[in-house]
Order: sequence, then C-alpha cells, then structure tokens
Amino acid sequence: MTLGITMTALCLIVLIPLSALVLRALSVGPEAFWDITSDPRTLAALKLSFGAAFIAAAINMVFGTLLAWVIVRYRFAGRKLIDAAIDLPFALPTAVAGIALATIYAPNGWIGAVAKELGFKIAFTPLGVVLALIFIGLPFVVRTVQPVLEETELDIEEASALLGASRIRTIFQVVLPQIYPAFLTGTALAFARGVGEYGSIIFIAGNIPMVSEIAPLLIVIKLEEFDYAGATVVATIMLATSFILLLAINRFQAWGQNKIGNV
Amino acid sequence: MRIRVTLILVAVVFLCAFLFLPLAIVFIEAFRKGLFVFMSAFSDPDALAAIRLTLLVAAIAVPFNAIFGVAAAWTIAKFNFRGKNFLLTLIDLPFSISPVISGLVYVLLFGAQGWFGHWLKAHNVEIIFAVPGIVLATIFVTFPFVAREIIPLMQAQGTSEEEAALTLGASGWHTFLHVTLPNIKWALLYGVLLCNARAMGEFGAVSVVSGHIRGKTDTVPLHIEVLYNDYNFTAAFAVATLLASLGLVTLLLKSILEWKFADNLAATHHR
Amino acid sequence: MSINIIRRSFSLGLAAVTFAAMLATAPQAFADSSLLNVSYDPTRELYKSINAAFAADWKTKTGETITINQSHGGSGKQARAVIDGLKADVVTLALAGDIDAIAEKAKLLPADWATRLPHNSTPFSSTIVFLVHKGNPKAIKDWGDLAGQGLEVITPNPKTSGGARWNFLAAWAWANKAYGGDEAKTKEYITNLYKNVPVLDTGARGSTTTFAQRGIGDVLISWESDAFLALDEFGADKFEIIVPSISIAAETPVAVIDENAKANGNEKLAKAYLDYLFAPAAQKIAAHQHYRPSDPSAADPADLAKLPKIELVNINDAFGGWAKAQKTYFSDGGVFDLLYKPRS
Repeated sequence: MTLGITMTALCLIVLIPLSALVLRALSVGPEAFWDITSDPRTLAALKLSFGAAFIAAAINMVFGTLLAWVIVRYRFAGRKLIDAAIDLPFALPTAVAGIALATIYAPNGWIGAVAKELGFKIAFTPLGVVLALIFIGLPFVVRTVQPVLEETELDIEEASALLGASRIRTIFQVVLPQIYPAFLTGTALAFARGVGEYGSIIFIAGNIPMVSEIAPLLIVIKLEEFDYAGATVVATIMLATSFILLLAINRFQAWGQNKIGNV
Repeated sequence: MRIRVTLILVAVVFLCAFLFLPLAIVFIEAFRKGLFVFMSAFSDPDALAAIRLTLLVAAIAVPFNAIFGVAAAWTIAKFNFRGKNFLLTLIDLPFSISPVISGLVYVLLFGAQGWFGHWLKAHNVEIIFAVPGIVLATIFVTFPFVAREIIPLMQAQGTSEEEAALTLGASGWHTFLHVTLPNIKWALLYGVLLCNARAMGEFGAVSVVSGHIRGKTDTVPLHIEVLYNDYNFTAAFAVATLLASLGLVTLLLKSILEWKFADNLAATHHR
Repeated sequence: MSINIIRRSFSLGLAAVTFAAMLATAPQAFADSSLLNVSYDPTRELYKSINAAFAADWKTKTGETITINQSHGGSGKQARAVIDGLKADVVTLALAGDIDAIAEKAKLLPADWATRLPHNSTPFSSTIVFLVHKGNPKAIKDWGDLAGQGLEVITPNPKTSGGARWNFLAAWAWANKAYGGDEAKTKEYITNLYKNVPVLDTGARGSTTTFAQRGIGDVLISWESDAFLALDEFGADKFEIIVPSISIAAETPVAVIDENAKANGNEKLAKAYLDYLFAPAAQKIAAHQHYRPSDPSAADPADLAKLPKIELVNINDAFGGWAKAQKTYFSDGGVFDLLYKPRS
C-alpha cells in the first residue's frame, strides 16, 4: 500500500509534470532544439549558471570543510552558535537573502562601498551571482562533511602525528582520504542546488544577457516573450543535468557509506 | 595553537560576511524608521492576506509531504525491489530542479494553453493563478524534505522490530503506529520543520504560478517583492523579518531536537 | 507516552490547519463582487487611487460594495499570465502590442478591441524622460549624450518590460531624426547606447530601484510618471528630471477581457470601470499622478503645468503601429537582438 501511495504521489507531483515539460520541449523537433541550445545567449546563460555554481561550490568546499573542522575539532565560545547558524541559508527564504545581499554588496552598501574604493564591483556582476550561490550552498558542504569528521577517529590522526608525520602530511594522507566521499557529496549537492537557484540571484545579478543572465532567468524571460518552446528546451537541458548530477551524488553517498563501513 | 586561532578566525569572518550580515541587515533596515513604521507594515490588509495565504499553503503542503515522506521511506527501507535507486533519485529531483522550472511545469499542464487547460476551463476549475497552483508548486519544491530525513533512519533501523510485532500478531497499521512511528518521530519532526521553513519561504516557483493578485494570490515572499517594487523598502524588510524570524525559530527548534535526541537523529546526518 | 505526544501534536496540527483555513476563507465575506485589473508595473499608485474613487462612485450609484483586485508586473509578463489563464476582467497594459497578443493567442477578446473606446482605448498616456543625479553632473541634455563613452545608462530589458520598449523606440525616433533617416548610423547609436547599460532589470520598477536605491548609473531612462514619483519617494534634493528634445507618445491602452468578464459575471462592471477611466474624476487623478490625460479639461491646471512640453512622435506614424514595431524590433532575432551587445 505504501508503495502505492509513494508511486501515486511521485507520478502526480514529479513524473507527469516533468514529462509534460520534456514532451513539450521535444515537440519542437531536433533541429529547433539544437538551434535554441546552441544560441550564444543560451550557451552564455548555461555557462554562467554552471560556472558560477561550480566556483561557489569550490569555495564552499574549502570554507565549508574548514567550518566543519572548526566546529568538530575545536572548543571555543560561540561554537554552538556557529553550528546552529550554518543552516540559516536553508531556513531563510531566497528572496529575502537576495534583497539583503544586494543591500550589503551594492556600491552604496556596507561592503560594496569598500569594494568600490578598492576599484571593483560585486553586486550586479557575475561576482554577485557567485556570492549569492556561496550563501545558498554553504550548509550542504558543512552538513555532509561534519558527521564524517565526527566519526573519524581522532586516534588515527594522533597516531600519525606521533609517528612523526608532518601536519600537512597528516591532513592529506589521513584526514582527506576519510572525508573524501562526503566532501564530494556535499560539494555536488551545493553545485546542484546552485545551478537552479533563482530567487536570491535576480536581485543581485544585474541580469545582462551574455554577461550576468542566469539560465533560470532566461527561462522566465523566454516564457514572458511567449516563447514556450525556448523556455522548455532550456528547462529540459537543466533538468537532464540535475538528474545526472543527482545520480552521481547518490553514487558518492553509497561509496561513502561503504568506506565508513570499512574503517 | 596559532593555526587553531587562525582557522577559527577565518571561519568567523567568513560566516559574518556571508551569513550574519545579511540577517542583520534585514532587521536593521526593518527598524530604520522606528517601531511604528515597522508595525504599520503588518496592519496593511494585503500583508495580512499574504500571511494567511502562506499559512494555508504550508498547512496543506507540509502534512501532504509528511505523509508522502513516511510512505516513501517505508517503501524504500522495508522492501526490496528493482529500481530503488532510480526511485530515490526521482524523490530527490525537485531539490535540485530550478524553482522556475517547478512553476513552469504546472503552467504547461494546467495553464489555459496547457494539456488540461480546456478541460479545466470547461469545468470551471481554477488551478494556475489561484491557491491550488500555489499549493502544488510548493508541494513540488518541498517534496523530498521529509522523505530524505526519514529514509536513512529507517534503513539503519531495519525491519526486525516490525517483523517481531507482526509475528506476534499485530496488524500492519498497529505495528506502524506503535513500533515504527515512535522510532522515527524525531526525524519526522525534524523533516517537517525544514519542509515548513522552505514551504513558507518559496519564491521562484510560486512567482511563476501566482498571478500576483494583491491580497489574493500573493504569498509572504511575493508580498515582500511587491513592497520592494513599491519603493516601500522599510515595509519590505519589516515583512522579511517575519520570514527571517521563522528561519531563526526553525534553527532553534532544530538545535533543541539535535541536542535532546542526538542518538535518535544520528542516522539522518548522512544527507 | 510517545503515542500521547504524537496524538497531541497531531491534534495540534489539525487545529493549526483549521485555523489557517478559517483565516483564509474569512475575507471573502464582505465584498458583493470583485473585479480583477491586470496592469503593468508603474501604475501601482495610480490604480490604488482610481480604484478607491471608482468603488465609492459605484456604491453611491448602485448600492453595491465592490472590491477591485490588482496585479502588477512587467507588461509582457502580465499579458502572458492572462494568456495562460489569469482571470483578468480588464487589462490596463503598457502597450497595445501586449493586448494584441492576448487577442491573437488566447482569443479572449476581438482583434479590433482598440476601437471600442475613445483615443484608441487610451484613457491617459505618458512619455519617456531621463532621471539624473541632482545638478546633472554628467551634463546629460539629450538622447545623443546617452551613447557617450564612460556613461552608465539604466533601462530595463525590452524583451520583458513595456516601458523599456518605449525607451528603445524613443531613442530610435531621436536618432532617426538626428541622422536624417540614416539607418546604419541609427543602429550604431542604439548599439552604443545599450553598451552603456550595466544592469538590465526585467521591469521598470526594478530599474528605478537599481538607479535610485542602489546608486548604480548616471541616468535612468524612465516613464515620465515614474520619474516624478521617484522625485517624491527618493527626494527632489537627490535627483532631477531632464527632458529630451524629442520623445514618444507612450499610449497605455485598456481593454475588457470579454471571455473572462463573461465567465465571472462582470461584463457590466468591467465596462463601467473602463468608462470611468475616461471620465473627469479619473482623468483628474491621473493628471495629479503625472500621467497625461486624454481629456485635459478635467485636470487641475497646476498638475498639467508640471508636465513639460516635448515633441512627441507617434507609434503609428513613426513605426507603423505596434504589430509591426514588435515584429521588427523586439521579436526573437529582431533588431534589438541583433544590435544588443553588452559591454564585455
């Protein structure tokens, strides 16, 4: 019976709507599909969405792991607060985040003004997109790496240090191999989430075609131009990538669980 | 020691620039013109209507996803069948799909030019640009949240307790209520919390299907955008504090859950 | 005990649902009938005033209490929503082309809708002017200055915003006149102008916020009515309006969406509402909010005196009407797509 409920809900909420999208996109025919895909503006938007999500995920990979490390391994005042705050981007609505970030990073905002003095702009450039995506993606990396770090034995690291291994060597040869799968899972999750993000970005991106126009915005613009074919084609490309990414993430996760099991 | 201090410092600075500052700015801007202006943002009938609508949408979407989440977790954890991984990926899909696409698919299905557009019009059923469309889009966006919290827990617990209960003659429903549910209740609550926060804050998907009728189909996030475009920045941030506070309360409850029921929740950390 | 907790939280949840449902259904009790006006972005304040006046007028005439619901957004986006099934009784959009699209794609009103009301169904119009920082530090006087080097111009995306399409056409009309009809030079000018745009918002309101609130750009190309409003909202000590030598008569038409009004039982009300927009009371309100009334005799002369005299070209004379202009300049692969090259 539960299988029935699951399948019915899945079909109604996910499968039927998404197949409607894919069928609509495919109905334009392969030639038009290719034309829309290879349009420089589509390519630029996809490149920005994927590129910015990738950079943001990479930054989150570094800082997220660092945060997880600090939270798990060190005891200091305010640690609990930091731990709780990590999930803020998850709980804060994206539109609110977008408006708040634009307020801070615009040339007349607190940080934006400093950046302006230094001669560069943050909000309304591709940099703004990356910034919003760092905000959105941070919890994913921290929350996947954190539990693994908690489980890995401090003993092994200590043993390694005692045996005379340098700190760098301990990190690269003992710690990293253990958290590697979690590390990849978290980064991939942040990436997958970032590629599709819309609400927070439109307030801070500048939305210039070919420069700071993200793929979801291009879908909205095409929709508003009555260009359903174009909108669904771009959406289908994004959908396919999401699906592939998720399959990969589930692989990473299974791999990680095996790995922990073996330790 | 020096490394330790440096790392903590880097972590704190990073968090301040990216997390605390945006949160602080919401409250600072909201109270910029004083308490009176702040409060008056909430006496606007359109703001009240938006709050009502958001509560209604969450009141439908969250229980729906909670029931689905339990059913899906049960199916995946307690039965073995082919295509399980594929099913898992499908459940996860709404999480990584752009919210814009989530809205778009319902327009394609239920819009006047969509698959069911004619049928709906002939039967005078409104979905898109009305409450049902907003509920559907919200359910879609928050679909994986509860399921994703319970699945790992149920998988970790296995089926032995249920099997024991069933062998002793308990009915399936009885077993679920007295054996399974107590085991997963904290993870369920945890998932419901996250699902609720996301449901109330969703912007992109709802924006595509709402129609933006003031006082009728504007949810709280959409109302914030309306105020923002009305040049009413203080009111926009005032209403935003509502959602920000919801986020903070969610975090607080979540921390309490984690602290009190750490063992029970341990498995769910493997997201 | 655990079952107790679950029961308790379940009944709590149930209570919450009931409460929410009650809240959600409550307000429908007090309006006899309601009308939905789907409009473009900068008319928020205008229709707030007009709706209140119309509702009071309707109440004294018929005794009925009515509610007028508003939806605002980019003009193209709003037209798309109506085509997709947003149940608008009337639309009041930024340009005729968007209402044509509703007639053509969704067949909700006849193609000759514009002839049903006076002045091509345009109760009040506006035009396009510039908003600059106080004291005009970059000495911007006319359209030609906007294409200069090192200047930042804020205007929304013509693909999504009706106002932005008027901006584009006004600039084109100036260049066409300035270069004596030399199309190559006109195109070069437009290319340079759009190279100066650092932020392309999807709606006119977004652009005004970018310029006035975020402090981006040297000049905002804006609806005249919105430029005046920005002076009120952001301070006349911070910005000033610059009137170009030539601009466009931005006709913002209105129409009853027949099929929807019929389905909602609102035919009479919808027609009365649009008629009211042409009546002296609404004309006066419009003029007061810096729109250009079709019947200036009803307006307060002080309000009219604020509207600058500009040479205005007409969309039909200069561009052969909206159907043609839309296809030539703004369709996929049209002139805008060909000329638009962002600064790299």
